[in-house]
Amino acid sequence: MTMSEGDLAVTQLAFVRREPIAPLPPPAMMTGPLAWVRDNLLSSALNIILTLAMALLAVWIIYEILDFLIFTAVWTGADREACLVSPAQPVVGACWPFIKERAAYSVYASYPIPERWRVDIFFAMLAAGIVWLLWLNAPRRDIGAVYFFVVVPVVSYILLTGWPLIGLPAVDTALWGGVLVTIVVAWAGIVVSLPVGIVLALGRRSAMPTVRTFSVIFIEFVRGVPLITVLFMASVMLPLFVPDQWSPDKLLRAIVGIALFASAYMAEVVRAGLAAIPKGQYEGAQAVGLGYWQMMRFIVLPQALTITIPNIVNTYIGLFKDTTLVFIVGIFDFLRTVEVARIDPKWATPVTSTTGYAVAAIFYFVFCYGMSRYARATEARLAKSERR
Amino acid sequence: MASDRPAMANSARPAPARAAFYNDPKVRSLAYQVLLCAVVAFLVWGAISNAVDNLRRANIASGFGFWDNTAGFDISQTLISYSSDASTYGRAFWVGLLNTLLVAALGIVFATIIGFLVGIGRLSSNWLVAKFCGAYVETIRNIPLLLQLLFWYNAVLKTLPGIRESLSLFGGGFINNRGLFLPQPQFGAGAGVVLVALALGLAGAFVYRYRARKRQMRTGVQAPVLWVSLALIVGLPLAALIATGFPVSFTFPEMGRFNINGGVEVLPEFVALLLGLSIYTAAFIAEVVRAGIRAVPHGQTEAAYSLGLRPGPALRFIVIPQAMRVIVPPLTSQYLNLTKNSSLAVAIGYPDLVQIFTGTVLNQTGQAVEVVAITMAVYLAISLVTSLAMNLYNRRVALVER
Repeated sequence: MTMSEGDLAVTQLAFVRREPIAPLPPPAMMTGPLAWVRDNLLSSALNIILTLAMALLAVWIIYEILDFLIFTAVWTGADREACLVSPAQPVVGACWPFIKERAAYSVYASYPIPERWRVDIFFAMLAAGIVWLLWLNAPRRDIGAVYFFVVVPVVSYILLTGWPLIGLPAVDTALWGGVLVTIVVAWAGIVVSLPVGIVLALGRRSAMPTVRTFSVIFIEFVRGVPLITVLFMASVMLPLFVPDQWSPDKLLRAIVGIALFASAYMAEVVRAGLAAIPKGQYEGAQAVGLGYWQMMRFIVLPQALTITIPNIVNTYIGLFKDTTLVFIVGIFDFLRTVEVARIDPKWATPVTSTTGYAVAAIFYFVFCYGMSRYARATEARLAKSERR
Repeated sequence: MASDRPAMANSARPAPARAAFYNDPKVRSLAYQVLLCAVVAFLVWGAISNAVDNLRRANIASGFGFWDNTAGFDISQTLISYSSDASTYGRAFWVGLLNTLLVAALGIVFATIIGFLVGIGRLSSNWLVAKFCGAYVETIRNIPLLLQLLFWYNAVLKTLPGIRESLSLFGGGFINNRGLFLPQPQFGAGAGVVLVALALGLAGAFVYRYRARKRQMRTGVQAPVLWVSLALIVGLPLAALIATGFPVSFTFPEMGRFNINGGVEVLPEFVALLLGLSIYTAAFIAEVVRAGIRAVPHGQTEAAYSLGLRPGPALRFIVIPQAMRVIVPPLTSQYLNLTKNSSLAVAIGYPDLVQIFTGTVLNQTGQAVEVVAITMAVYLAISLVTSLAMNLYNRRVALVER
């Protein structure tokens, strides 16, 4: 039966309420931990099931990890015997004495033992530079930038490769390895890729057709192929392309490959930043009579790079993870030292590999997660000016 | 560069003092470009002449003549017929390329499924689900893929029990440190009919959907598209299967004394690579999906609710179509990344293109330039074709603005 409004009006109504109903009691819980649990964990039947399943899964995973790393772990021992399953220890977790013994090798690899203080100084200099640059209230951050991008590279090159004239015996890069190589490769990539990336990004937006073409070809070519092939190219083709006597050593070839690869990705990140600057900024700079380089240096790049910082840091995270690939072209980076250590017959047990990989994972995670937190904090700081 | 400056032309005033010709933006721009071309040409020429010199000194042949030479090495997984003593390097190339494409295609499927689940999970109103998915993304994204691959291969698959103590899987498969052994479907007589039924069902569902949509546009009457499609796609082949008396059977792997016979054998390298690639890329896809859904303004959902749509249809008709516009381009670049990352197979010994070609073939022939160039060309071609397809898609879905 359908009824229009007119029908409704004339229908004999059996009951019409004349006074308002009593108000409902306030909801039992709107705030407080119980209300939060009800709203966020148990809001519907499906959610209750999901919450239970997830809680079980999470507890199981966390327990397994803690169990392996701490509860059933072996803490002392001289060789593999300590980490084998025996009647005394039916379940064996992480084999920590193995890590303790191989720790120095994983950091310095074959770097001569009496010269290892040089590596320590390099780490300290680098750490000081990073703190200087990242700590916003640090004094004279401009000098910090010069220190990080110019002073540290030169000094650490002399320090690490040696300079017999000032009493530092030369150390061949073939002896370098472990965390040292990982940090050197990553940091060389970081220092080279930003300026090269900026130049490539400017080139891609240039009005000159040949500059634009070369930039586009380079960027798209490098981004279109896997890093491994770039590293293979750097390690087997680069020596062919230069005269015999200049042939770069293995580590340098890998660094060139990583730096070129990172530069292409950096160029795209910077280009996005350049594109986000309103045209009025360019026109304003030109209107006050600035030339191209002045306009870029004083007006456009400072704004573009600032808004790109999170993406730049993300590229650095990718670069840091990608340094593990130098392992494939025969460089002794940190992951490679873990690989070598875990097949060492002295420590070969069923848990050795997992222990080694767990430590490696923690190492990479700490660095990458730290960088991503920094990127996120910067993003939040930059977004402050947008909030009203 | 200098040409960015507007030309100083003003005919009303007396001609301004002419600048020196080397300050003319056009001349400068030309000079820069000539200089750049000269530098690039010099570098290329230097590289080529050095390479020719070095190759001659090292006595290495050049050119692509090696393509038809006998390869003489074995490959552990071949999708097309291949034998070490009769097949050529060219054949080995195709074997490697197919292996790369196989792992990439399967990886894309799994990564998409996991990635969408995790990405949507991160936006869940259930706090625990959201945190769990967030923890997954943060952990996986911050550990290098190579380390994850090594972990899956060396720490998980290689420490599985040996053949004798194989773990049996649900459904009649086995897993041990020599790989994964799965039942193999055998198609008997009449299996073709089932396939035809499946094809017919798919086509029928497509046509039905098209006509239902047209009718809805015209009259506003909705049709039960989902149920009819399901009936056509699942029901029709099932009916054919029953009618022909189940021509599809499975041969199950059987435990022998030293080996497992029958069934499909999947290499542990393949399993490790597939696991690693799927799990790693899924974390990135999850972020893409989350960003895409977040990019649809909340007002769209509210507007849909106020029009009377229930949450399901609101998601299906309002949110997802708009989110897909944001999701698809970065999703494609994640697919490309997965394909490129499959080259890490070389670290665990899965015979993909890079392992076969820039590994074995390069070592045997020593022709670094040709081999690396061919390998790069393959990946470049895949990238270019994908980005071309992406540009077409973008043009189709781009917002039409006034």
